[in-house]
Amino acid sequence: MEEKTIDKTELKSAPESPAGPGEKLFVTSSPHFLNKESVPKIMHTVVLALFPAMAASVYFFGFRALLLYVICIGACLITEYAYQKYMKKPIKVYDGSAIITGILLAMTLPPGFPVFGAILGSVFAIGVGKQLFGGLGFNIFNPALLGRAFLMATYPVLTTTWVEPRTVQKAVDAVSAATPLALMKFEHKFTPVLDLFTGNVAGSLGETSAIAILIGGLFLRYKGYVNWKLPLGYLGSMAAFSGIFWLIDPTKYPDPLFHLFAGGAMLGAWFMVTDMVTSPTTDLGQWIFAITGGIMAVVIRLFGGLPEGVMYSILFMNAFVPLLNKHTRPRVFGAIKAKAE
Amino acid sequence: MGHKTFARGVHPSYYKELTASKRVESAPLPKTVTIPLQQHLGAVCEPLVKKGDLVVEGQKIGDVKAFVSAPVHSSINGKVKDIELSQHPGGVRVLSVVIEGDGTTKEWSGPEIDLGSLSPEALREAVREAGIVGMGGAAFPTSVKLAPPKGKAIEAVILNGCECEPFLTADHRIMAEEPGKVVWGLKALMRATGASKGFIGIEENKPDAIEALKKAVGSTGVEIIILEAKYPQGAEKMLIQAALGRKVPVGKLPLDVGVVVNNVGTAVAIYEALNYKKPLIERIVTISGNGVREPKNLKVRVGTSFEEVLNLCGGLTGEGEKEVLNGGPMMGIAQSTLSVPVVKGTSGITVIAAGKIKPDNYDPCIKCASCVSACPMGLMPYRLGDYGLKQMLANFKDYDGQSCIECGCCSYVCPAKRPLLQWIRMGKFFIRRESQRAAAKANNNK
Repeated sequence: MEEKTIDKTELKSAPESPAGPGEKLFVTSSPHFLNKESVPKIMHTVVLALFPAMAASVYFFGFRALLLYVICIGACLITEYAYQKYMKKPIKVYDGSAIITGILLAMTLPPGFPVFGAILGSVFAIGVGKQLFGGLGFNIFNPALLGRAFLMATYPVLTTTWVEPRTVQKAVDAVSAATPLALMKFEHKFTPVLDLFTGNVAGSLGETSAIAILIGGLFLRYKGYVNWKLPLGYLGSMAAFSGIFWLIDPTKYPDPLFHLFAGGAMLGAWFMVTDMVTSPTTDLGQWIFAITGGIMAVVIRLFGGLPEGVMYSILFMNAFVPLLNKHTRPRVFGAIKAKAE
Repeated sequence: MGHKTFARGVHPSYYKELTASKRVESAPLPKTVTIPLQQHLGAVCEPLVKKGDLVVEGQKIGDVKAFVSAPVHSSINGKVKDIELSQHPGGVRVLSVVIEGDGTTKEWSGPEIDLGSLSPEALREAVREAGIVGMGGAAFPTSVKLAPPKGKAIEAVILNGCECEPFLTADHRIMAEEPGKVVWGLKALMRATGASKGFIGIEENKPDAIEALKKAVGSTGVEIIILEAKYPQGAEKMLIQAALGRKVPVGKLPLDVGVVVNNVGTAVAIYEALNYKKPLIERIVTISGNGVREPKNLKVRVGTSFEEVLNLCGGLTGEGEKEVLNGGPMMGIAQSTLSVPVVKGTSGITVIAAGKIKPDNYDPCIKCASCVSACPMGLMPYRLGDYGLKQMLANFKDYDGQSCIECGCCSYVCPAKRPLLQWIRMGKFFIRRESQRAAAKANNNK
């Protein structure tokens, strides 16, 4: 339904045109220059930017991690293709956006998550989270996070059962372990920031190595596909807000660096808050979106029932995007300060 | 870096090197010219000649009493062959005078007059009689700009030498080759408007023109403002903000902030009109683009056909689809035929040849906000595009769609290749039609 051919008319040029007889001139509306960006190019660059984090998780969790990535990406692509085929929509499965959803969904899962669950999550993420809204560009919520939220509801235990990375495992069998955030919340143990930074901790695939995500995020920033306001606003407000509590009582509350590098903060800030489709389009809207999201994540982490709040903070803010876009319009050039009406 | 500029905008590839250092050549005398009776914004002129009349170069052949209009003149010596409706490079058909030349030309020259000897009114009248219009492309009658309504004082005249359109170098060459005439023209404009300050805004990417102008300005008090090379730096509102820090309010004109903007080419035309008594009958045109064999800057008589001009540049070349544009690639109008004439507002003829100039399809909007961060007017083009396409005119107005200056930045940056500007134009068109219909209805009811 969105697919329409751009209006264009081809008219014959004058008979003795220097272009040679019969050559047709092309007529379109200005501008006649377009830049070289395209939706698939953006999406594939994001996939590329996710590679360091993927590699890190495979390194820390081994074969299971790789398996989950393959399953999630595959299931997302198949769901997208099947839906578009069934609904007789143009097949846009190659634009790379389903791959991103697959990778991001896998990154939110614990390494030991069952394959069937991963498939179910992928089908929900693409089918309900994206295609039912109208496909790429029309979804309100980040599909991967919606898939993860769905799995939280259906497999509450499995989505929160973690294993130590294989780099720190002592026994041959994987031993279940708590994530740094759960340790902080339920046992008041703070994990060293260095381990968080490199990823040598228990957690979801993409929650572990902050540095790998940072590399990918900065690469995207360099490419110009990340609006710097979003990760900066989100991480900045997380650090500032958690810093207040840390200053009040450093024994009870962890320091801001811990918050930044633990859990899904880095992944969320660089790859989910920055999702173009589900973030605001205006400058002010982006600031509000990111800053409120960051505060909400800290609130959930410190005072909510869950150890991790990044996912819900982003989903929650996603819901406000249409409202933010509507009420934070940029000021029109030359607008008179107070509209005299 | 560090040059004055406006907020947002885009940086397309400029491709100015194709013609930037090429001196202006005079095109040979055309055998016939087709001179449209409307080469400006405003009322169409009525022909002052009839079929079979002999005309001389510079003779007025069309005029009308309307205030917002400019007369047209014959650009060659010869005989009126026909007066007919003919294709205009603006995309419409306009009554035009076809003149067959006799092969002779007139020399235009004269001593530099003393500006102080002319009253502002006389200056304005001379500018109107010479048929001078804005030569940057929009072709707004210059005499109208010089006559501000009562109670509105003009403080500054800015000459626009930005030339932010890719490919075009006509203004660049004018400033580099005839800086004296540019500065004199600015002085004349200041005298006509009573402005006390004069500025020349120029993009940093024309160092030779900046040098030349600096020499020509000397100690006359005219200030040269060097601006960042960014599109659309030459848009009137953007230029005023970048140069003077003043914002033209929504729905208002530059003169509401005490400024008049004119193109550098217009200043030269004024010089020649006042000193040589030469009306606007020829102009400098950049012929460039990858579809032209030999890109050039040519001095072309108004009425010469695009075909003839392109032949002087070796004709068209390149594989695939071709677009011939009146103007540059960002705002130029694509031509369906090469038999259209060069008019007063033709700053360039750009020929683009590519396997595919525009993609066949566009993708859904991914809300990347590229258009929002590119729009120099602070609009939300992705919204306006939808509203225009779907004729949701109330929303279109609410989102200030009518402030759009049609620079094309939004379509240029869109990764989904959505023809945003085309849709916004549709919205503006529908609103215009709506109000026209309402006005017609009100008239009928009277």
